[in-house]
Amino acid sequence: MNGSGGQSDIKGIAVEGLWRNNPIFKQVLGICSTLAVTNLVLNTVVMCVALIFTLSLSSATVSILRSLTPRNIRMMVETLIIAFYVIIVDVLLKAYWPEMSTNLGPYVGLIITNCIVMGRAEACGTSNPPGTAALDGFFNALGYTIILLIVATFREVLGMGTFMGYAVPYFSTPAWDKWIIMVMPPGAFFMLAIVVWVFRSIQLAGEEKAS
Amino acid sequence: MNLGPEIGHALAVCVAAIFTQNILLAYFLGLCPFIGVSREVKTAFGLGLAVIFVMVSTTLLNWLAYHYVLVPLGLEFFRFIMFIIIIAAFVQFVEMAIERFSPFLYQQLGVFLPLITVNCAILGASLFMVIRNYSFIVTIGYGLGSSVGWFLAIMAMAGIRQRLANDRIPRGLQGPGITLIIAGLMALAFIGFTGVLQGK
Repeated sequence: MNGSGGQSDIKGIAVEGLWRNNPIFKQVLGICSTLAVTNLVLNTVVMCVALIFTLSLSSATVSILRSLTPRNIRMMVETLIIAFYVIIVDVLLKAYWPEMSTNLGPYVGLIITNCIVMGRAEACGTSNPPGTAALDGFFNALGYTIILLIVATFREVLGMGTFMGYAVPYFSTPAWDKWIIMVMPPGAFFMLAIVVWVFRSIQLAGEEKAS
Repeated sequence: MNLGPEIGHALAVCVAAIFTQNILLAYFLGLCPFIGVSREVKTAFGLGLAVIFVMVSTTLLNWLAYHYVLVPLGLEFFRFIMFIIIIAAFVQFVEMAIERFSPFLYQQLGVFLPLITVNCAILGASLFMVIRNYSFIVTIGYGLGSSVGWFLAIMAMAGIRQRLANDRIPRGLQGPGITLIIAGLMALAFIGFTGVLQGK
């Protein structure tokens, strides 16, 4: 990689992406394309892996090309770089896992317009060396993944009584009246709101203690 | 060619896209500007109109590009890049037009106009149109219905948020949190329309 990335740097980037500036509960960016697939944990995992791949590599690529890109068309160049990686994911998924490709529908393609990818490429990729940019992208995507997995787990267990398709004890028995609303669109909004609320409150409390 | 049933289908798709299959509340597309620009009714109105205009035009342009360029060439996988370029060029055009005719609106929308390019609702509508194999006429209905549905949702949200401005909301819930809860309630309400459409 390059000389500037020390141990403490990596830790700093990780804390920033995973917690302090988390894409979902802090920046509230890019929730569109992925909220739709959080009704099943498996879909969410696949979607998030695709996002981690796209975000780290496109940030790094933007960073490599940053001195060659004219400033006034850089948005267009960034979009094309992102689209390039998304097409790779889409084609691979269609070839090796067609059912999953059908399940995810247009949402894989929509990673292109996921604001977090563009946001990180713009905020970090254009001003940092490739190694830092890739790490920043990776940890942001990871912070994003963790939150969405929390949302997806609650939605699938409460709404369907399963986890990754396997029956969960108690929740899959008749004793648990399934909350169908959780797997429908309103459930996604409510669940995400609760997660945002909880994490922001913890963060605010931490900041108060520190000051 | 008998256009009657086509137009009927287009109308049905249009109404469904506004209410039961609202692109924002049922498919979560275009959430970022929905949360970011819904503080004031006036700006929400401007952005909403811009989205209607851009979405109707780009779905039609993309339909033509897909069926007359990409399919004959066998380059369907190339559609992401094709669509995004068409959308970006078109948004650039709208931006210049608004700047010319309404400097006030231009100032208000500021950074969000270029963001229409990365508004997932715009690209999403084009991708849904391809996946669901709509004909040209049905695409008109779909583009119009989806964008009007988005417009309605953001206007309703802006109206509600203006009233919330002076309310006491728990600190962790301020901003995006409460907006998401309202969106959830709106999504519930829109699901209620399902019965209306099926009852016909």
